[in-house]
Amino acid sequence: MSDKGMNLTLKIWRQKDAQSQGKMETYQIADISEHMSFLEMLDVLNEQLISEGQEPVAFDHDCREGICGMCSLYINGEAHGPDRGVTTCQLHMRMFNDGDTIYIEPFRAKAFPVVKDLVVDRSAFDRIQHSGGFVSVNTSGNTQDANALPIPKDDADKAFDAATCIGCGACVATCKNASAMLYVSAKVSQFALLPQGKVEAKDRVMNMVKQMDLEGFGNCTNTGACEVECPKGISLDNIARMNREYLKAAIDK
Amino acid sequence: MSVVSEDTFNSTSHFMGTNAVVQFVLQPILAFGVIFHLSMGIYLDTQNNKARSVKYAMNKPGTNSSWMSRNMKITGIMILLFLGLHFYDFWIPELNTKYIVGDMSGLNEHGGMRYFEELQHKFADPIWVILYVLSFVFLALHLLHGFQSAFQSVGFRHTKYTPIIQKLGNIYAIVVPLGFMFIAIFHYVSQL
Ligand code: SF4
Ligand code: FES
Repeated sequence: MSDKGMNLTLKIWRQKDAQSQGKMETYQIADISEHMSFLEMLDVLNEQLISEGQEPVAFDHDCREGICGMCSLYINGEAHGPDRGVTTCQLHMRMFNDGDTIYIEPFRAKAFPVVKDLVVDRSAFDRIQHSGGFVSVNTSGNTQDANALPIPKDDADKAFDAATCIGCGACVATCKNASAMLYVSAKVSQFALLPQGKVEAKDRVMNMVKQMDLEGFGNCTNTGACEVECPKGISLDNIARMNREYLKAAIDK
Repeated sequence: MSVVSEDTFNSTSHFMGTNAVVQFVLQPILAFGVIFHLSMGIYLDTQNNKARSVKYAMNKPGTNSSWMSRNMKITGIMILLFLGLHFYDFWIPELNTKYIVGDMSGLNEHGGMRYFEELQHKFADPIWVILYVLSFVFLALHLLHGFQSAFQSVGFRHTKYTPIIQKLGNIYAIVVPLGFMFIAIFHYVSQL
């Protein structure tokens, strides 16, 4: 396969720190291979910036294999860029053409404040998880083998699907209301579907939704954008399940 | 009804306008529903606007969601404006005739039923017909998202039934407003 060697114009959000005002800056970058991942392209840019004595662009990443949920970025108007079912680290430069202008912005939400350049603080998700995304299991040494509990295959599959959410926050970034419903509903569902999660089901959904609202995420208006942009294909079924769980818990309380 | 028979329209209008259950039970429930829907909409929308203070420099929402789902506020406001007009033009004069002037008879000065005549008069004006039709276009757009969205919000979603609900919702959202548009256009055309 021939290498295109693309020349690109990058428009990137630069912000010194959480307190500073940021703005979009324009950079030129040459000879980018179509086989590179998007983050590798940014690595090339940063090397270029460092050699020119400029501050490199800060962006989040870790595994670079689509499993950790650390990478983010709003690329050309879409969370994780124009490809579907992938995180930014799995986005390839072949999705772009020579001469393209690419807008690169941080995930925008009041609950995800910018730390520096393209890095945002997504610890709001951790606090939601801490408020109820767990099961209390006795770990005294007599812990029951999970396989001892019969679970219908369909439920197990759905719970696993929900559990594939990597907490990247693309759903929030994409949602016109910056709502975290897809994320929270995946975390609620992965437990709600299993017998181990039933015990704390009511408190869990009430507390997680409460924390979600406290963090300042918006409300769901069912546009469905989150499901389309989610790199893990988390389904809107989860949001409906959480709404059911919440209604049940709210009526009972 | 007005399209089919003048008499049925007159008698139904009179019934709807004077029946105590309709006027003092159903109508307040409807009014409460509208006010609740509106205030919740405004409240949630204010929260939603606050949830993202810095907007994107480049955003392509069209790649992942429908125009209707993102613009319920616009279609809703257009429907509200129509409601305002409808109040000013129909409801207030009705209330005035019935409860201030005290004329509950539903008759015009010649002793005939007045409702059909008033309707004909209204739809003789092309501007009013255009406004009416446009409002129902907005209602259709609002319902195209709203109908199925309501089911999702209360947690009703099912692999088998959700596609049916979506289809029924689309049919409802198009057929009902289309029916109202037809009434307006029919009466306009029939008087040309
Ligand atoms: S639901 Fe999808 S988009 Fe949202 S945090 Fe989880 S993996 Fe990311
Ligand atoms: S860096 Fe881990 S998912 Fe992209």
